[in-house]
Amino acid sequence: MSILIVAEHDNASLKAATLNTVTAASEIGGDIHILVAGSDCQAAADAAASVAGVSKVLVADNAAYGHQLAENLAPLVAEVAGDYSHVLAPATTSGKNLMPRVAALLDVDQVSDIIAVVSADTFKRPIYAGNVIATVKNEEAIKVITVRGAAFDASAAEGGSAEQTNVGAAHDAGISSFVGEEVAKSDRPELTAAKVVVSGGRGMQNGDNFALLEAIADKVGGAVGASRAAVDAGFVPNDMQVGQTGKIVAPELYVAVGISGAIQHLAGMKDSKVIVAINKDEDAPIFQVADYGLVADLFEALPELSEQL
Amino acid sequence: MKVLVTVKRVVDYNVKVRAKSDGTGPELGNVKMSINPFCEIAVEEAVRLKEAGVATEVVIVSVGDKSCQEQIRSALALGADRGIHVEAEGSLQPLAIAKLLEAVVDREEPELIIMGKQSIDGDNNQTGQMLAALTGRPQGTFASKLDIADGKAQVIREIDGGLQTVSLALPAIVTTDLRLNEPRYASLPNIMKAKRKPLDTLTASELGVDTVSKVTLVSAEPPATRQAGIKVASVSELVEKLKNEAKVI
Repeated sequence: MSILIVAEHDNASLKAATLNTVTAASEIGGDIHILVAGSDCQAAADAAASVAGVSKVLVADNAAYGHQLAENLAPLVAEVAGDYSHVLAPATTSGKNLMPRVAALLDVDQVSDIIAVVSADTFKRPIYAGNVIATVKNEEAIKVITVRGAAFDASAAEGGSAEQTNVGAAHDAGISSFVGEEVAKSDRPELTAAKVVVSGGRGMQNGDNFALLEAIADKVGGAVGASRAAVDAGFVPNDMQVGQTGKIVAPELYVAVGISGAIQHLAGMKDSKVIVAINKDEDAPIFQVADYGLVADLFEALPELSEQL
Repeated sequence: MKVLVTVKRVVDYNVKVRAKSDGTGPELGNVKMSINPFCEIAVEEAVRLKEAGVATEVVIVSVGDKSCQEQIRSALALGADRGIHVEAEGSLQPLAIAKLLEAVVDREEPELIIMGKQSIDGDNNQTGQMLAALTGRPQGTFASKLDIADGKAQVIREIDGGLQTVSLALPAIVTTDLRLNEPRYASLPNIMKAKRKPLDTLTASELGVDTVSKVTLVSAEPPATRQAGIKVASVSELVEKLKNEAKVI
């Protein structure tokens, strides 16, 4: 039994979520191979080869794969997947975009966003915004799976020395093209990988007030997140959204400020180790999941908190 | 051009669903059902395309038992022209739904298909991508902006680091993200009018699709509950607890 992981990378380095997926693969058991498909992606392939536990890196270096367009990448993955019992990718926007297309080409069902491996064919995954945990059995010959990064530890990025081979023909479907990208700039750690996340909601009142959260995040080396309400109100860009429809995080410490705690938001953060809620409404549902709750006006509490850290 | 929009009947997003005590599945008796929020956004986008003169006809399709005709009628009340109900019983996996939709696409030959990015019950986020693969069409997933011009769809997609723009040859499949638009409400006269709009029914066997899946639900359980927390009285007490009790800072 061998497992293929479709690496998420930016052609130069591996994205952190790939390392969590390696851990999930090692829990399934078997030889772990990583596919790095991209354009001028040798550096990412070298990074994949040094990940502990990986025995082989398959490299598909072609201009057609440069922007990870699913139309070009899916036929490649489906072609390579034939030799494997499992094909895994992180449940990031990139993995979610690609893998169902691969599964349909292979004519198999997919299991999305697993949070635990029960056995080689049985997995746990959240449904209904995380209010129910389903155990599902996948009896397909090739098991196509996406993995929730926050549910698995990252595998060590060093210590491995996998062999590299070139694979696959160039698939250019010619039906889609990359036009441009607008990447939000941030010096803080990536939201999904941060040890501390400080999030603001509608209670922040405007985008400028997020500076109060940034001050705290910087003191503890954390990332800043937001609720859907804060994003919809235009306070902050939408890639900061934590929730069922945004990012799923499970940091050591999650600080929810001015966030009521709707089901949709809780789905994205309730697996955090310690949750702190700061809200002036003492009946806010967020207090039901918070380990430490502070009923206070955030505009008084945040500067004080920042000062004491 | 003809636009096909898929809608799914799901538990209303405000309902907190629980696992049944015997662990056989989610408890869905007597809960309020609605159109999946992402599908509502898809309907809205199609209706706006029609209002802008880009789309000529908006067709709604839903897969499921008889009760999902209610959601098709709701979509018709929002401005769609006609509905197709693909009757299928039981819980279907996304691949089976995609195959049923593929058969509908073969019949209808729409130039654009708009779907929600995920349904809030299964949280799979698969059907749109699968339908795109089965029909060999390009996909614009997690769309926050859609422009149709010169036989192409330009889609701004929400990705992890920000936004990405792709250009897709029509016919294409677009799945909606939350920020694509703000869906409208149906007015009473439009709800009345929707009752007279055409609604065809097809069955899975008519479409020649086998809906049996190799992915099955073994059990359903509630998520691990968090221990009840405490309320602290001041910021200094909070910092003290985080440092010495929780040891996270």
